[in-house]
Amino acid sequence: MSEESKKPPAPSSASPEASGRFSRRWFLQGVALSAGTAVLPGEGLLGGSAFAAPQAPARIGPEPVQIALSVNGKDYQVKVEPRVTLLNALRNYLNLGTNTPIDLTGTKRVCDRGSCGSCTVILDGKTVYSCSVLAVECQGKKITTVEGVAEGNQPHPIQQAFVECDGLMCGFCTPGFIVSSKALLDRNPHPTPTEIRRALNGNICRCGTYNRVFQAVELASIRMKVKGG
Amino acid sequence: MKNFAYINAASEKAAIESMSDKALALAGGTNLLNLLKEYVLAPEALVNIKGIAGLNAIESFEGGLKIGANVTLSELLDHAEVRGRYPALHQALYDIGTPQIRNMSTLGGNLCARPHCWYYRYEYFDCKKRGGQGCAAIAGDNEFHAIFATDGPCVMIHPSSAGPALVVYGAKVKIAGPGGSRDAGIEEFFTLPAAAVARENVLKPNELVTHVLLPPPNGKSATYEVRHKESHDWPLAMASVALTMAGETAQEARICLGAVAPVPWRAAAAEAALKGKVVNETTAGEAAQKAAEGAKPLSGNKYKVQLVRTAVKRAILAAATGRRV
Ligand SMILES: Cc1cc2nc3c(=O)[nH]c(=O)nc-3n(C[C@H](O)[C@H](O)[C@H](O)COP(=O)(O)OP(=O)(O)OC[C@H]3O[C@@H](n4cnc5c(N)ncnc54)[C@H](O)[C@@H]3O)c2cc1C
Ligand code: FES
Ligand code: FES
Repeated sequence: MSEESKKPPAPSSASPEASGRFSRRWFLQGVALSAGTAVLPGEGLLGGSAFAAPQAPARIGPEPVQIALSVNGKDYQVKVEPRVTLLNALRNYLNLGTNTPIDLTGTKRVCDRGSCGSCTVILDGKTVYSCSVLAVECQGKKITTVEGVAEGNQPHPIQQAFVECDGLMCGFCTPGFIVSSKALLDRNPHPTPTEIRRALNGNICRCGTYNRVFQAVELASIRMKVKGG
Repeated sequence: MKNFAYINAASEKAAIESMSDKALALAGGTNLLNLLKEYVLAPEALVNIKGIAGLNAIESFEGGLKIGANVTLSELLDHAEVRGRYPALHQALYDIGTPQIRNMSTLGGNLCARPHCWYYRYEYFDCKKRGGQGCAAIAGDNEFHAIFATDGPCVMIHPSSAGPALVVYGAKVKIAGPGGSRDAGIEEFFTLPAAAVARENVLKPNELVTHVLLPPPNGKSATYEVRHKESHDWPLAMASVALTMAGETAQEARICLGAVAPVPWRAAAAEAALKGKVVNETTAGEAAQKAAEGAKPLSGNKYKVQLVRTAVKRAILAAATGRRV
């Protein structure tokens, strides 16, 4: 069980629900918001000076602290308690309280215990479970989520291959597999079937779509070879 | 998890000054954050030690290696000397957790990881390690628990797969504390529950593992482990073996078991049985029989006795032949 569902969450000023911002999840819940009401005034809930560069104090928290996260090449302002995981920050806190709040909900939470892979992101070139890293630890690091895998509007070859090979059933594990596959192809563009299995064995698919996933990685690898990758 | 403050320690000194029984070291977080999420631990602060300069390198040292506590398991696996000269360590690390876990987990964190016992990890069960009256594992589901030292107050197995390999290489652990730095032999580092049930090693709350010192290997070595799954899993039993060979004869043997006791479990009787013998299927099998002597399995884990024999025999043959068996 997560900290949010088991014990009271962060103070309301820091919770996404309190910000009234627009998100796909709100929309799906049937909360009818117009874009106009969702956008907050420039200074946001955090007050005018909230985004001044913080002095790195020796001891921060437990109350929310201001940090910057570099996600998919963009810098985001985040105000989080030290206990907030990177996963939670990505999904619920990016630019919260500013006039450009954003959800990066592609990264999924399933086990929240470092045991399934749905929350996989690339942190300074290595795949990690974002549920098991604190957001405050990630200042100054390069974070790539599934939203950063595509090259502009062009899907990455691995994304295209997942579609063509039907690399998913329910799809909940897919973002994690895409990120792990991209990290593999970045470091080893032409992996053997054994290398593919081993590189993806930190990701679990409850629907059991593994063979199609492995096929998709092979297809992407072949296409990248044809393109001279 | 409960709220906590966060301290990003820039130096060993800063870390040691901040650490206490209420301010715990944070390395890869793969073990610690789960325990916080389960309310097993509720520190007032976490002290991030990953930024400490000098703790993330693998260096040559007196013919062996000096490994910083913050070196990740992936970095160790990618290191040519670890693979080439310390195969028992390489093989022990190879299947730990998952690629992501190995990218995150540090060697220091692996040695200091808290037990994987499901009763310890669940706040509603009785657990002496958590200050309770009894041990729920003794009458409970204990198929993954210890078969050695089971008369102590806690029947956990030590979670570190690296531990047994470090024992057969005779590694030392460098510990920094308020009074300076000291080296502990790896076997003295791990402590049995009978000595102090609340902890698994000699560290005081304000002490830090800074390095692991590996002496030069003098012989052949290997690790063999038995587990259910390819990934996301833990060994059911494992054995690391180091042999000093003269031709086909084992002049010296060091054998240590993992996943069967609250500490990496040295199999002295098996070592004695192999010493001076030509290593073959028969002598490896005889040593393996000795390795399981003294086991006192719990109600649900008698199967581990045979797994110990299998792991020891195969690790001895793998070390002697240089082949996976
Ligand atoms: C699904 C899964 C499967 C796994 N399978 C295995 C396996 O088969 N074999 C295996 O060995 N491991 C396995 N692990 C991993 C392992 O047990 C630990 O999670 C990991 O090694 C801890 O390393 P860390 O750097 O993440 O430590 P952390 O979680 O950061 O810390 C662990 C503990 O050590 C303390 N600590 C950390 N570094 C130091 C230091 N330098 N000095 C003093 N104290 C310190 C912390 O305060 C904490 O109490 C598995 C983990 C998972 C999630
Ligand atoms: S949600 Fe992070 S590994 Fe499962
Ligand atoms: S497609 Fe359903 S979990 Fe993988």
